[in-house]
Amino acid sequence: MSEIASSETGGYNFAYLDEQTKRMIRRAILKAVAIPGYQVPFASREMPLPYGWGTGGIQVTASIIGRDDTLKVIDQGADDTTNAVSIRRFFARTAGVATTEQTSEASIIQTRHRIPEMPLTEDQIIVYQVPIPEPLRWLEPREAETRKMHALAEYGPMYVRLYEDIAQYGRVTTAYDYPVLVNGRYLMRPSPIPKFDNPKMDMNPALQLFGAGREKRIYAVPPHTSVKSLDFADHPFAVEKWDERCAICGADDSFLDEIIVDDRGGRMFVCSDTDYCRGCQSAKAAE
Amino acid sequence: MYVAVKGGEKAISAAHRLLAEARRGDPAVAEVTLAQIDEQLALAVDRVMTEGSVYDRELAALAIKQARGDLVEAIFLLRAYRTTLPRLVVSEPIDTERAAIKRRISAIFKDVPGGQVLGPTFDYTHRLLDFALAAEGREAAAPPPEPAEMGPVPRVSSLLGDEGLIENAAGGALEPGDLTRDPLRFPASREVRLQNLARGDEGYLLALGYSTQRGYGRNHPFAGEIRIGTVEVEIVPPELGFPVTIGEITVTECEMVNQFKGSDAAPPQFTAGYGLAFGESERKAMAMALVDRALRAAELGEDVTAPAQDQEFVLYHSDNVEASGFTQHLKLPHYVDFQAELNLIRRLRAEWDGAIKEAAE
Repeated sequence: MSEIASSETGGYNFAYLDEQTKRMIRRAILKAVAIPGYQVPFASREMPLPYGWGTGGIQVTASIIGRDDTLKVIDQGADDTTNAVSIRRFFARTAGVATTEQTSEASIIQTRHRIPEMPLTEDQIIVYQVPIPEPLRWLEPREAETRKMHALAEYGPMYVRLYEDIAQYGRVTTAYDYPVLVNGRYLMRPSPIPKFDNPKMDMNPALQLFGAGREKRIYAVPPHTSVKSLDFADHPFAVEKWDERCAICGADDSFLDEIIVDDRGGRMFVCSDTDYCRGCQSAKAAE
Repeated sequence: MYVAVKGGEKAISAAHRLLAEARRGDPAVAEVTLAQIDEQLALAVDRVMTEGSVYDRELAALAIKQARGDLVEAIFLLRAYRTTLPRLVVSEPIDTERAAIKRRISAIFKDVPGGQVLGPTFDYTHRLLDFALAAEGREAAAPPPEPAEMGPVPRVSSLLGDEGLIENAAGGALEPGDLTRDPLRFPASREVRLQNLARGDEGYLLALGYSTQRGYGRNHPFAGEIRIGTVEVEIVPPELGFPVTIGEITVTECEMVNQFKGSDAAPPQFTAGYGLAFGESERKAMAMALVDRALRAAELGEDVTAPAQDQEFVLYHSDNVEASGFTQHLKLPHYVDFQAELNLIRRLRAEWDGAIKEAAE
């Protein structure tokens, strides 16, 4: 048998994946950038982290990362959630790249469930971890069918579903992973970010890449591309608002986490984006 | 409290240390060796090699040890390792007719050329706990004399084939697909389906195969042949141009023979389902053969009505590395999405309460 590698990382390539695999993934990314919002099938590999824990995002990041990159990893907007820590460590270990918790310092940001509050720049790439890439999946379970629907831009059923929500509840009841139309052509799932983050995707100067490892799909929104959340003229898309402000930094423009602080139902609201919250605090301290 | 989710660095390293300690167990008990796992838990090794898609007993034993005996976790470890291996050559097809037979039975003929060979099977044992095994250090009973070396043993299905009573299974694509290099697409060809099933979870295939026996896509199976044996793996190095043997592997092969009354697409004849697994994995190979046959429903002009006949359903959910990961990802924090849902449900609830109040007034 092969010799069992003695050290934990011994024998693995830079950023874990071998160069042929990276090339295959980069090809898929190029195609995805050329056809905004289109889901490109790719030969997703088993990674040393479980499926559903960000393997798509990790493969995309591993294929684009270079030695000069600075990586930020967030989960739920925070750098210190366990899975973000684990993925950041994985790249620190297999690629030895610099990591950061500051949005402004990062050249690559891998994220699960949030887009940072601080606007991104054209020098940055944001990589989304995607559990289910197909926006039509809950309407049609069969992949052969949904691919046909995309080919024909047959998105009527999705509008009907949103309309049924409005007829029944007076509003669309999708609070996250809210469907968007990219570049006026492909219906896309933005990954399970709250719809609060949807407007940030539109005309964003950063390259946005989406990796779904288990479902073996990559898609992309190139810089400065239109991303429109589906809505109706008489029911325009709107994001959620809070009556509260962040209890730590006082921000009233960020997505707030609700934290239960005691067993009597007491609660406080704080920024989900920990880096943004830190920035607001130091700005306040400087005043 | 909240700290449990945020601030993970220290918590993660502490968890890893606890895991290492739990893995070792009581230090007063001798540590299990890879050789012991390989020799004495051989069927666990076989399953991990099959679903992990790597034929390497020592690596599989290591994975089982590292996973504390959790075979799905061990399969995951082996798969993640496999990802990093280069693909140097594609071997020649193995020839199970030339296998050194360890076990070979057919349920459809009383006797067959080459004979029925029971081999080391659980079948016909009485499942009574053997308390004598609990006492260690006893010598095993002397094995029966080695059977005489058999020449090539023809497959039972080829005996039916001579009469034209079973479909001709030969043919198909010259270059088989490989779903570790190309993502699954539908409709999937039979060899890709078989690759998917070979890597698929044994429990899942067992349940699906069983469902066809209970009427959900019934396909009238007979165990045409089950054989376990060791075959040579050959490659043809381009600079030589002829095959050379690079090693031996043990495989379990199952051919189901299924009654088929004929349809617009095919004449009345027996049809076949096929299963193949590394090592001694009889349950897996049989279940795989049942599901393979069920998945051929559309091709044979049968109605597709049951889950086991539905390609997308069967093939998309067979992989336990995918299924285990995605099921368990639910324990990752989801509080941002939950917050968004919470806001929505509060608004809906306020409106509902208002409407009830209004109706009452």
